[in-house]
Amino acid sequence: MTALTHARLLSGRSLRTLSRQPAYLLFTLVQPMLWLLLFGQLFRRVAELPGFGTGGYLDYLTPGVVVMTAMMSAGWAGTTIVDDMERGVMDRTLISPIRRPTLVAAGLTHQALVTVVQSLIVFGTGLLAGARYHGGPLGLLTVLGCAVLLALVFASFSYAVALLVRQHEALIAISQFLVLPLAFLSSVMMAPALMPGWVSRVARFNPVDWAAVASREALQVDPNWTVVLQRTGLLAALAIVTAWLAVSSYRVHQRSL
Amino acid sequence: MSTTAVEAVELGKAYGKVQALAGLSFAVRPGIVFGLLGPNGAGKSTTIRILTTLSRPDRGRAAIHGIDVGEHPERVRRLIGYVPQRPGFDPVATGLENLVMQARIHGSSAKEARRCAGELLDRFGLTAAARRRAGTWSGGMQRKLDVAMGLMHRPRVLFLDEPTTGLDPQARLDLWAEIARLAREDGMTVLLTTHYLEEADHLAAQLVIVDAGRVVAAGTPDELKNGLGGDTVRVGLARPADAARARAALAAVPGVGETVSEGGSLHARVRNGAAVLPVVLSALDGAGVELVAAGVARPSLDDVYMRFAGRSFAEAEAGGKAGVGPLEVVPA
Repeated sequence: MTALTHARLLSGRSLRTLSRQPAYLLFTLVQPMLWLLLFGQLFRRVAELPGFGTGGYLDYLTPGVVVMTAMMSAGWAGTTIVDDMERGVMDRTLISPIRRPTLVAAGLTHQALVTVVQSLIVFGTGLLAGARYHGGPLGLLTVLGCAVLLALVFASFSYAVALLVRQHEALIAISQFLVLPLAFLSSVMMAPALMPGWVSRVARFNPVDWAAVASREALQVDPNWTVVLQRTGLLAALAIVTAWLAVSSYRVHQRSL
Repeated sequence: MSTTAVEAVELGKAYGKVQALAGLSFAVRPGIVFGLLGPNGAGKSTTIRILTTLSRPDRGRAAIHGIDVGEHPERVRRLIGYVPQRPGFDPVATGLENLVMQARIHGSSAKEARRCAGELLDRFGLTAAARRRAGTWSGGMQRKLDVAMGLMHRPRVLFLDEPTTGLDPQARLDLWAEIARLAREDGMTVLLTTHYLEEADHLAAQLVIVDAGRVVAAGTPDELKNGLGGDTVRVGLARPADAARARAALAAVPGVGETVSEGGSLHARVRNGAAVLPVVLSALDGAGVELVAAGVARPSLDDVYMRFAGRSFAEAEAGGKAGVGPLEVVPA
């Protein structure tokens, strides 16, 4: 019970902080639209190649941009931890009765909420731009689930890095180093059938690809649920591992104090 | 209830090759303001971090009201409040929100938290600003908010790490009054670190002087000063090169005890300053030592520090070694 109260208080605090930084909030909300429209325009004619199925490129791209946005925005999650360290809030938090797993859970709850809002914006933008999705509410929920799981993976990773490197520059460098290559080494933008062999082999181990494949599949007229469950299962397992990593990083951080 | 509020026994801690604590021990009885006085880098903050369960010692042990900080950190956390050296509030939240958050984390209901926050805001004169973001407050107000945050869950022991560093003189006096009140009226044990001699002198009922990770002296400020015996005669030399000759001349004066030279000045312990000063001046004049300043002072904590650490506090702050330092003109 205490843990739940703590998590609620802490995620409430971070949502409040977000709401008081209008410029950052605006950026958080506009960015997802930008990706979809930008890539949608740039690669519009790619869908004319065989291998993309019958729909337009936006239909193909939307679930990919949803998960890509989830990853990119979660990659920044650790900056709040560095802020807290620089502001001295961290020391105070560490000697409060809040348990380490609760700290991580609260941050992840916040990130999950942000991800859901961003994902809905991408869907809305896609609809307005003429994309059409099948799969109904279950399909939509599956995509949101994949985006949230991927966000949890990257947010936990970002927390762990933040606790170990303790500075914005290093955190951002590490995050940037991973994020774009992972997006391009996946089927977010390019149909698996059209990728070079080595890229599709690498993509099989890429959580971004797991999320993209499962999301696209869930929006088909007749989804193959085995594929969806397999990929979401992998994502969930990875999310648990990275969350554990984030909790352990708090302990490592504290040992160095 | 344990008769000791805070106990540190032979604490040792190293960061890499830097030995931060080298067997530091002290005990604090409940209900007083206790000072941990020392120059920057003496190990004060490390000590506080260990006592507040934030970090672990390499060796030694510590307890709060008899509860071991290493074995039961979660129990210790309920007994203590902590005001870190750097501000520890959320600048994007209002003062009220910061306080309420702190109380709720410690298990208060929303209603109880608001009531307690209202009381503390009132007490520290912050009510008018309560609903403004704390990041926009003045430095003095922010520091009071930090202290108030440490008090929200009514701790029995409050740790203040350099509470008045960076405050203007008026804000410092205000905060001193509040800290003194905590022990006097609320019966709280307050452990504060400071590198301001006058702060320790003014606030602490008991203090330890910390140097290079260990305690070099302990007692009440008066005990420590009286323990030196007598007064200090300080003279500023026109030529630092005269120091050795001046010391030799002083050694020959009856009633002059230990003499320490520091940069361009000499500090001599004497039994009765007013009586000895003219004799000292004529002895130095006879030895051809030219002076730029001379005076008698009751012993200060600086003298106590110098006696036990072998260098002046200002020098230690600047990272200097005993006996070398810039020319210092001691005002009479």
